Amino acid sequence: MRKDKVAGRAGQLYGTVAGLLAAFIAGLVVLEQIGVPQQILGYLFVAATLVLYAGIGIASRTVHVTDYYVAGRQVPGVFNGMATAADWLSGASFIGLAGTLYMLGFDGLAYLLGWTGGFVLVAVLIAPYLRKFGAFTLPDFLAARFGGHAARLTGVIVLFVCSFTYVVAQLYAAGLIASRFLGISFEAAVYVGLGTVLVCSLLGGMRSITWTQVAQYLVLIVAFMLPVTILSAQHFGMPLAQLAYGEALEQIAALEQQMLASGLADPDTLVRHLVPGEALDPLNFTALVVCLIIGTASLPHLLMRFLTTSSVRDARRSAGWTLFFVLLLYATVPAYAAFAKLEIYQNVVGASLEALPGWIYTYGRLGLVEICGTAASSADAVREACTAVPDNAGVLRLGDLSIDRDVIVLALPEMAGLPYVLAGLVAAGGLAATLSTANGLMLAISNALGHDVYYRTLDSRAPASRRLLVARLFLLATAAVAAIVATSRPSDILSMVAWAFSLAASGFFPALVLGIWWKRCTTAGAVCGMIAGFGLTLAYLVMTQYGGMAEWYGIRNTSAAIFGVPVGFAVAILVSLVTPAPSRHVQAMVEEIRKPAGTPVMVDGAS
Amino acid sequence: MTFDGKPGMSPQRRRWRRTIALALVTLAILAVFALVVPFFAEPLNATRVAGFPLGYYMAAQGSLVAFLLLTVWFIFRQERLDREAGVAEPEPLDAGEEL
Repeated sequence: MRKDKVAGRAGQLYGTVAGLLAAFIAGLVVLEQIGVPQQILGYLFVAATLVLYAGIGIASRTVHVTDYYVAGRQVPGVFNGMATAADWLSGASFIGLAGTLYMLGFDGLAYLLGWTGGFVLVAVLIAPYLRKFGAFTLPDFLAARFGGHAARLTGVIVLFVCSFTYVVAQLYAAGLIASRFLGISFEAAVYVGLGTVLVCSLLGGMRSITWTQVAQYLVLIVAFMLPVTILSAQHFGMPLAQLAYGEALEQIAALEQQMLASGLADPDTLVRHLVPGEALDPLNFTALVVCLIIGTASLPHLLMRFLTTSSVRDARRSAGWTLFFVLLLYATVPAYAAFAKLEIYQNVVGASLEALPGWIYTYGRLGLVEICGTAASSADAVREACTAVPDNAGVLRLGDLSIDRDVIVLALPEMAGLPYVLAGLVAAGGLAATLSTANGLMLAISNALGHDVYYRTLDSRAPASRRLLVARLFLLATAAVAAIVATSRPSDILSMVAWAFSLAASGFFPALVLGIWWKRCTTAGAVCGMIAGFGLTLAYLVMTQYGGMAEWYGIRNTSAAIFGVPVGFAVAILVSLVTPAPSRHVQAMVEEIRKPAGTPVMVDGAS
Repeated sequence: MTFDGKPGMSPQRRRWRRTIALALVTLAILAVFALVVPFFAEPLNATRVAGFPLGYYMAAQGSLVAFLLLTVWFIFRQERLDREAGVAEPEPLDAGEEL
């Protein structure tokens, strides 16, 4: 086996990257002190990190099929954990999640529980077995286990629908960040983000993406932790924000009571931060946690990362490492939400309309902060809008203020009066989270089209070079379409992300789990189960969102998989039982993937 | 324990039975921390631990850490099962070509 030069020296290389990053941040702090304008600092941050990613992408370019699809299967467990964490932590996690906790209070924690608990499922039920199988893509596994084109093409459709929904949301987030910090138009920003994604994924496929994602993880975790650590040390005398925000929670609860007593908050609309059931009823909370957990264990761009490790043992361990690395970020999110909420309850709500902090207008101009129903673009605009509101006494009430949830993380450094460098760092981190996820998604889609549709279904004699060329052409086409959709600003990004989870869960989870854990599961059973589960979830989403259908049992369509997954399982099991058992060959193959030792069932993506 | 099966069972078969049992136990613990504990957040909030309301803390961080510990425990147990049944992969140090 060829020895991967990057994999062998990864620890040393990324130690250097981390050192350079620290030196770079320190250098920018100095530049800010001597008066370099903020716009230039923002540019430097974004440009330097993009050059870093592109450089890694170019340095690890490849012409080998195994490198392109599964990074040569030589990624050590720890680094695969880091890369998978970057793959996983999207714009929605980095930018949106703290804002969601800010809005929904306790009920937003469903996202934290779901997006971490899912990795237990990955480690126990799926990752080690997929790795032993030795496929290149998820549809590859379905095709070999369930034979023929039906399972493969159903898998490709499910993969395409859920990954594409997700990739559009990422490009949208990239556009949001770049337009705020680079001052370029939203549309241009989407294409700038797209360009770097393409450099990484076009040249080296999975190999480039893996090593870029490791760097992106370092950038995003530093960017997420640093502001909140400084804030915590300043306000609570304790740099560990994850342990210090308890005090902020107490103060928030006390301020809520004060605001209710003084009439600044309306008891009907105030979401109490610590109380469950204020935004989601217990049934919806539980359904959302279940759907996110199962969705985590079914998203193709995540699962294909576990195909890159050098052994089954490493695949399992790297699921544990991934959980560790995502936990570092997720355990910090509640602190962000608490600090931001405390800041706003203390210094914004109840303030005179004449004396609002400057960050309100910075984001108001982007249309992300609204006061009295209009964008808070300037003090005059706010005064004008609020005089039109009945019984306004020139003081900002909680109900007058409406903040877009994506602002919380981006604006926290400015809210707390930290140096602008930290705001730039957060933007670079948000961009890292967004681009790394977009990279993974884009590769998942183009691999499915290039490998599963073109090579496996249309032209099985295509030479390796042409297969890679076609995979890259599909990548370009996918990227172009995704960018066009993103620049049209589809509404409600967070719902779209939750939909992607529900669609993946109902489409893939029953077929994957039964395919590995139940030898008797037949081709007809798996295909019918996928179609039934996926179809039901898709129909529920579309009918409740656009068709005016009433929700079943009051379950929101973001948790649509709560119906789709059980139906998928039931159909797959029932149909399997009435169709003849799989051949002895297939049953032996299932036996084989249950044992870590021995050679994989497929070698270089061929059985 | 029924999952251990009959005495004459092959090591591989017994390992698979135990793997299933381990998976079920792990998933049950997952469900407790992901679903049951948050369900009782309101009564748990009455208790304060290190300045945190316990119900909020568990859903925000406590259960997450429990997931990590659970995964580490699971990996440890599963690797031991594999070794005992003789189906574990060779350690990377033994097999030079693996690196």
